[in-house]
Amino acid sequence: MQWALTHLDDIGWATWEHAVLVSVSVAVAFLISFAVAIWASRQPRVYPPIMGITALLYTIPSLALFALLIPLVGLGRVPAIIGLVAYSLLILIRNIATGLREVPADVVEAALGMGMGPWQLLLTIEMPLAMPVIIAGLRIATVTVIGIATIAAYINAGGLGTLIFTGIAQDFPAKIVVGAGLASGMAVGADAGLSRLERRLRARRAA
Amino acid sequence: MILLESLTKLFPGQATPAVDRLSLEVPAGQTCVLIGPSGCGKTTTMKMINRLVEPTGGRIVLAGEDVTGMDPVALRRRMGYVIQQIGLFPHLTIGENIATVPRLLGWPAPRIGARVDELLTLVGMDPAIHRARYPRELSGGQRQRVGVARALAGDPPVMLMDEPFGAIDPITRLRLQNEFLRILRTIRKTVVFVTHDVDEAIKMGDRIAILRDGRLVQYGTPDDILAHPANGFVEEFVGADRALKRLDLVTVREVMQADSGAPTLPAGASIRHDATAKEALSAMLAMDQEGLRVVDANGRLVGLVSLSGIRRLIAGTTTLPA
Amino acid sequence: MVEAAWAYLLSHPKLFRDALVTHLTLSGCALAIATILAAPLGIILSRSPRAALVAINAANVARTVPSLAVLAIMLPILGTGFAPSLVALTLLAIPPILINAYVGIRQVDPDAIESAVGMGMTRLQVMARIELPVALPVISAGVRTAAVQVVAGATLAAFIGGGGLGDFITSGIALMQLPLLLVGAVPIALLAVGTELLFHLLERTLTPRGMRPGSS
Ligand SMILES: Nc1ncnc2c1ncn2[C@@H]1O[C@H](COP(=O)(O)OP(=O)(O)O)[C@@H](O)[C@H]1O
Ligand SMILES: [Mg+2]
Repeated sequence: MQWALTHLDDIGWATWEHAVLVSVSVAVAFLISFAVAIWASRQPRVYPPIMGITALLYTIPSLALFALLIPLVGLGRVPAIIGLVAYSLLILIRNIATGLREVPADVVEAALGMGMGPWQLLLTIEMPLAMPVIIAGLRIATVTVIGIATIAAYINAGGLGTLIFTGIAQDFPAKIVVGAGLASGMAVGADAGLSRLERRLRARRAA
Repeated sequence: MILLESLTKLFPGQATPAVDRLSLEVPAGQTCVLIGPSGCGKTTTMKMINRLVEPTGGRIVLAGEDVTGMDPVALRRRMGYVIQQIGLFPHLTIGENIATVPRLLGWPAPRIGARVDELLTLVGMDPAIHRARYPRELSGGQRQRVGVARALAGDPPVMLMDEPFGAIDPITRLRLQNEFLRILRTIRKTVVFVTHDVDEAIKMGDRIAILRDGRLVQYGTPDDILAHPANGFVEEFVGADRALKRLDLVTVREVMQADSGAPTLPAGASIRHDATAKEALSAMLAMDQEGLRVVDANGRLVGLVSLSGIRRLIAGTTTLPA
Repeated sequence: MVEAAWAYLLSHPKLFRDALVTHLTLSGCALAIATILAAPLGIILSRSPRAALVAINAANVARTVPSLAVLAIMLPILGTGFAPSLVALTLLAIPPILINAYVGIRQVDPDAIESAVGMGMTRLQVMARIELPVALPVISAGVRTAAVQVVAGATLAAFIGGGGLGDFITSGIALMQLPLLLVGAVPIALLAVGTELLFHLLERTLTPRGMRPGSS
């Protein structure tokens, strides 16, 4: 563990890279999912095929998906982000669509009766009411992506996986322990933080 | 048949007993209704009888035998148990649900099959249609019928029923009550029936036990309780219209007088001898008559019922507005 | 490139078969051990609320730990090879099975249980005839989740010398041989999807007819 103390900057950098990789991927995935979920809520017929395709993507093991992306976009952050986005879609689209669908019909009717337009309805009524379910999706997606992003280091995307893989390659336990520990800590922390947010939103809505 | 002696249950961590020195006797073949406000200990009393709850004091004697010494599993197979939430097994068909106790008792398959069909018919459901269905495919009323049939399946001498018709719409409830009364006329059972509905208690009970805070307040026949409420609590509980409720318990035959000619009555002013006194009163008021001819099932004149006769019946039952 | 991958496959049948067998053995054993351990444990936990609170919370935290972290951490403890991979994959499979077994039993309608006890079933009969059959769909859903996770996780066994189809991908990346990537990735993807479908079918079969969605 001597190594950790003398390499705090490397560790900090890897953690930072990991956090950026996760944030960018989840943010991109969220924007896509949001658009798709809105589309599916207006066009219910497209929902089942979208779920089928994203479920298929979700099932493909990450290392295999990254490997399949290499011939198309090479190594580095781009295939990593594409892969991580692909994994987030199923959960995010499902939760956003479910959240929007669960908004009580009478509330929507009342809002429309008051003369709200569809966008106003979405932003001021549907989104806030759907927020706890959406945050739940965001939590699961983020935790998943934090885990899979460690593997992305193998295709040169950087992050905490780098510590793990160099640790394995050099038979250097301290690097493995630090990399695995920080990645686990980040996942557990994200899970705890986002579930607290989720609970707070639910409590506020119940009040 | 069922004897409760000073039966007491004090749940751990509670200051007052849920059931407090409750003593009562249910004669064989009779229906005893336990009634009282929510939380008065009805369910706890019932669950002590089949030992889902162990008493902390007193004893329960069933057909001369102390229940506390018996194997609870064997005991329960001699008692049908119906609860408000029914608790049908969702993974089993209606037939398999009803067959539960016969299977536990190890009956041969043909006898079980015959029993299932017999019971479905008894509760008014077509076996051919319903035997192979699943609980979720039934309406609430049908489910409760299956619940009753399932409890009757092992032909237990005792039935314990905890608000069995409580979660059912009023019209279906009425029908189930009537059906269960009809069933009880064909197969005699000793029944302990819990309800919080006074009208249901009067209708279903041979005897009514009124409970309050775990204690027995009054135990008697429905007519007894309506005519002579033991105290203000019972009086309030049975309702200010108890005089009218009593009229429901009495048939015209019981209050009629011998035919004295009654030439003044118009042609339509008659009622069947098995109608209730309440129905007679209602008919008299509707026709603006002081009396009605009483006829038997064949339409033969058997007597006369009068407004004054009904008034005499409820004399002493009147309640003054508070 | 696809032809090159196909040609590689045809010229190295034993290599591929061995990797596939290792992959399946690793996944199958881990899943079997985890099921044997975690399903009964989850059922036992459903009987003791205090222990369950601790265990289920722990399992929920364990569930968020990245698969690679679990595999990599075996290296300093148990070294490389099949055994450490098996241990790691078993650990990965335990939380979903444990949680679903617990939840599956807990969600059985308490009124159905009260009826069963009130009708004179023994504890064992209630468990065997009511609780287990009703909980089985939820329990097998947990096994399905674990199975898919284990098949994916077994890919990562390549990193700690556990073998399996992941070996083709790691060599493909190391040597920058794109056909080799396909030799690993395509079978892995098919295996994962196949596992998902197979266990879905199993779950449906184990769901009693009266409880199947949309069959009324
Ligand atoms: N398992 C239990 N543990 C503690 N208290 C209980 C339990 N069951 C019932 N009680 C209490 O005993 C009292 C009687 O309950 P119950 O017999 O269910 O009433 P009823 O069926 O008349 O509504 C209530 O105050 C209730 O809170
Ligand atoms: Mg009750």
